[in-house]
Amino acid sequence: MKTVFLTVYFLTLFQSFLFASTQILNLGNGTEPRDLDPHTVTGIPEFQIIQNLFEGLVGKDPKTLEPTPGVAESWKISKDGKIYTFKLRKNAKWSNGEPITASDFIYSWKRLLDPLTASEYAYQGYYIKGGKDFNQGKLKDPNQLGIKSADPYTLAVTLENPTPYFLSLLYHHSLYPVHRATVEKHGMRWTRPENMVSNGPFSLKKWQMNQLISVEKNPNYWDAGTVKLEKVNFYAVEKAETEEKMFLTKKLQVTSTVPTEKISPWTKDTSGVLKRHPYLGTYYYWINVNRPPLNNPLIRKALALAIDREKLVKYVVKGGQAPAEGFTPPGTGGFKPESRLPKDSSRVPEAKKLLAQAGFPEGKGLQPIEILYNTSESHKKIAEAIQQMWSENLGVQATLYNQEWKVFLDTQHSKNYMVSRAGWIADYNDPNTFLDMLTTGNGNNHAGWSNKMYDSLIEKAAKELNSKKRYEIFQKAEDILLEELPVIPLYVYTRIYLLSPDVQGWFENVEDIHPLKYVWMK
Amino acid sequence: MSNSLWTDALHRLKKNKLALLGASFLILELMIFFLIPVLARLGYEAQDLELTFAAPSPVHWFGTDSLGRDLFSRVIFGGRISLTVGLLASLVSALVGVVYGSLSGFLGGKIDNSMMRIVDVLYALPFIFLVIILMVYFGRNFILLFVALGLTQWLTMARIVRGQVLSLRHKEFIEAANSLGLRQRDIVLKHLIPNTLGPVIVYLTLTVPSVILEEAFLSYLGLGIQAPLASWGTLIKEGVDVMDLAPWTLFFPAFFLSATLFSLNFLGDGLRDALDPKGARD
Amino acid sequence: MGSTYVLKRLAIMVPIFFLVVTLVFFMIRFAPGGPFSSEKSVSPAILKNLEAKYHMDEPLLSQYVRYWKDLFRGDLGPSFKHANRSVNEIIEEALPISLELGLLSLTWAVLIGVSAGGLAALKPNTVYDYVPMAFSILGICLPTFVVGPVLVLVFGLWLQWLPVAGWETWQDRVLPSLTLGFAYAAYISRLTRGGLIEIRGQEFIRTARAKGLTEKEILIKHSLRGGLLPVVSYLGPALAGIITGALVTETIFNIPGLGRFFIESAVNRDYTVVMGTSLLYFTLIFVCNFLVDIVYAVLDPRVKYV
Repeated sequence: MKTVFLTVYFLTLFQSFLFASTQILNLGNGTEPRDLDPHTVTGIPEFQIIQNLFEGLVGKDPKTLEPTPGVAESWKISKDGKIYTFKLRKNAKWSNGEPITASDFIYSWKRLLDPLTASEYAYQGYYIKGGKDFNQGKLKDPNQLGIKSADPYTLAVTLENPTPYFLSLLYHHSLYPVHRATVEKHGMRWTRPENMVSNGPFSLKKWQMNQLISVEKNPNYWDAGTVKLEKVNFYAVEKAETEEKMFLTKKLQVTSTVPTEKISPWTKDTSGVLKRHPYLGTYYYWINVNRPPLNNPLIRKALALAIDREKLVKYVVKGGQAPAEGFTPPGTGGFKPESRLPKDSSRVPEAKKLLAQAGFPEGKGLQPIEILYNTSESHKKIAEAIQQMWSENLGVQATLYNQEWKVFLDTQHSKNYMVSRAGWIADYNDPNTFLDMLTTGNGNNHAGWSNKMYDSLIEKAAKELNSKKRYEIFQKAEDILLEELPVIPLYVYTRIYLLSPDVQGWFENVEDIHPLKYVWMK
Repeated sequence: MSNSLWTDALHRLKKNKLALLGASFLILELMIFFLIPVLARLGYEAQDLELTFAAPSPVHWFGTDSLGRDLFSRVIFGGRISLTVGLLASLVSALVGVVYGSLSGFLGGKIDNSMMRIVDVLYALPFIFLVIILMVYFGRNFILLFVALGLTQWLTMARIVRGQVLSLRHKEFIEAANSLGLRQRDIVLKHLIPNTLGPVIVYLTLTVPSVILEEAFLSYLGLGIQAPLASWGTLIKEGVDVMDLAPWTLFFPAFFLSATLFSLNFLGDGLRDALDPKGARD
Repeated sequence: MGSTYVLKRLAIMVPIFFLVVTLVFFMIRFAPGGPFSSEKSVSPAILKNLEAKYHMDEPLLSQYVRYWKDLFRGDLGPSFKHANRSVNEIIEEALPISLELGLLSLTWAVLIGVSAGGLAALKPNTVYDYVPMAFSILGICLPTFVVGPVLVLVFGLWLQWLPVAGWETWQDRVLPSLTLGFAYAAYISRLTRGGLIEIRGQEFIRTARAKGLTEKEILIKHSLRGGLLPVVSYLGPALAGIITGALVTETIFNIPGLGRFFIESAVNRDYTVVMGTSLLYFTLIFVCNFLVDIVYAVLDPRVKYV
């Protein structure tokens, strides 16, 4: 018996030794990706893989997050900020050796905006002139879109408005090119490993569902010389605890997260394995402003003030997150919202006062507030803690209920809730990605909130080129937001994950983007 | 059934050490859980955010969990919930099983045949899948939970009861009652049902642990009892996740769950042996 | 004997099949929450296109009929969640994995169970009896989702002898199959012990003893066949239990088997995958029970088929 166990032990050791000595990276990637089609996916796990299989017009500097030349080797911007002319490099190729030209981009962006593609990210193409109309069926001829090419290596893009963050936007997967012949030949099956043709530093080799997706270095990539990794395995591990164990047994070199309860012990670890940094995302609660008694802004404010956000992040969320000051995370596109939600001990008496003013002193007579969250231990804990705080500080009762992700989303969309948990991650590095969501009628405005002043501010910001002036406009918008409170911002997301010291070329940044072409193993 | 059969059975039961151990544990447990709520004075909901994952201490006998809640109270309340669900679901299964089985056995003939055919057919269905689908799609309310769980268990009960009823129908005292002119209804109520009580109780005792285990299984998948209520299954799920950090959060609920299952199983086995010592095993 | 029995059993399968397909189909459709909800909102026009792609704009009944037509051709349909896979392909990948897990677990269960039970029966009321029986009690009362993580903790993290998750190398197979098989090994050991002890008390055994055979010879040559009957009849429910228990085991060990797909598709309202996996499970269990019935009949000539 002993010999068997010893043999097993040594074999395992040997195996892991073999693995570590070659340029192979094993990552925990969370949920199994739904698909790898850049135009139809919406999730982070998908994006992590797609940004390494495909390349757009621009790349991203792994340290500064500034746009770098991708398929486009240079570009010119017109004085009014509306016309971008890209010069494509002549040696950019698809994984099957064919050259990439401007027509690939024109085809791809038309595909993104085509109503038949039913892309949920089509609105990323609305910045392009005619994009919105084409996608909504008002414009029939795609050739009238603001994308033209004078020759195969020049692409001219005309925008609806001057958009200062347009280059940053181009790193988003919805604007990546896809290989026309492959898509037309295989239809929905073009993303299978045996069919896929892509243009990024890696190409798809193996896809075992619910287990792993394996990609290998693409020799036809124009910058293949920079790419040191030979193979990357993205493991689909849903449970954070399992992922952590796989990291500890050296099966993974990077995890996607850290189990909440393990954050505290890991922070005491001195090896530097734990990575923790702010992330462009806000965790917040929606308030359905059309549902009494929540239609009374005094009550909303009282509820917001009664929450001890410091205690929440310190003892419940435990990830070293920062309490949210405004809705936009500080540092988004350089913007830092000023603090509007007090954190000191004056909160609670102020909250009590507001509640009494609204006609419910000590919470008497107020119906129970329902808090909705999607099934998860961590959301549950936060809701339970807030339930406790409202009860203790205001005498307000809350009831909790949870639903599966899909039902949860439906309930939010149909506004069948009172208070609901939510999170929003930046799609691009600009405050607009957070603030335009709350304009009247925006599809993601689940509070049903409408404020004309706010709407006009956001519109004004879209046309303003001067960043200082833009920030001022955004601050005004935040001020309105935190007076009216259709949302209660709770904390700013932190990215927390484990990274093996063997991984090099990996830099922490607020967008959590780590292009693998710059990564290698020690 | 004559008095002597019950006393015989009780006598045999007393000899079965494991069954006795099981029975005494259960009685003790039930007393603690249902009759002495004052022991759980700290409340199962009260959070102490600054004292999360505290090891067992004189204040918190079983330690605290991830939100600083007293684990002892949570185990007790969890026990009440698990046992309640177990009992309610078993009662549902017994009700359906007894009614179905007695009808089938009593009516006999072709009706009995087809009714039992249906039971055969349903035996092949992996009910737990349907329960999962039900729980996912129709929301996790408490009533749906124990009704659905109960419905996964009634088949065996139906078979047993039908078997009993069939064998009793032809016994002498029934024929005597018949010839005396007693109404069918009276025969069923006053003679058949009391005499099937024995096996029903036995299988009831054996159904409860199955249901409790199934609920724990559902809880592990996130589909069982919902917050703020917590069954042992919920507690174990929370405990497994932090097993290396705070082992007591796993140990205590798991211990109570296992001990309860053990007791119910062995008591049930003992009862079954006591009532029918020559019966086939399992 | 043979053919009428087989035909009768198959005849039962038809109504159940119909029942399962209908039940699951309508239960899923009527439940709240459709398959295309997602975080970034979808405009009504786009949603309509999605529904058209998957024929969801047709009346319910014609969707139902369409499903049966496809079923007869062996086509379980496209997955709603995974655009580039069909249900058949998903099952092709996942089924062998679950089958392997199930068979391995069953093998452990029978091997460990019969040996432990046999040993206990050979030397009743000694330490060789008490120790295995104590373990078997643990196995019956501890749920898989406690046993699994504990094994992972001890053998995976502390001793680092075996992997903690996944299904790639042969080492990955050990802990999951042991976890799943443990509870059934427990039952089987008790059944074996009980069955063997009962047999040993019988006439023909006493005759063999009188003839001078050793206990071991008696056990193997005579007791085993009759004594194992309760074990064989238990195999049916055991297989069913293993198949359902695999749901949790696959979750604990991150194994890409059918169980995980079932749960995931239920939660995601991937209608076609839920239907496909449910039908498959039902068929599997039916086949297993069927086979067990036959084995039992072969072993015990007293059994008659009505």
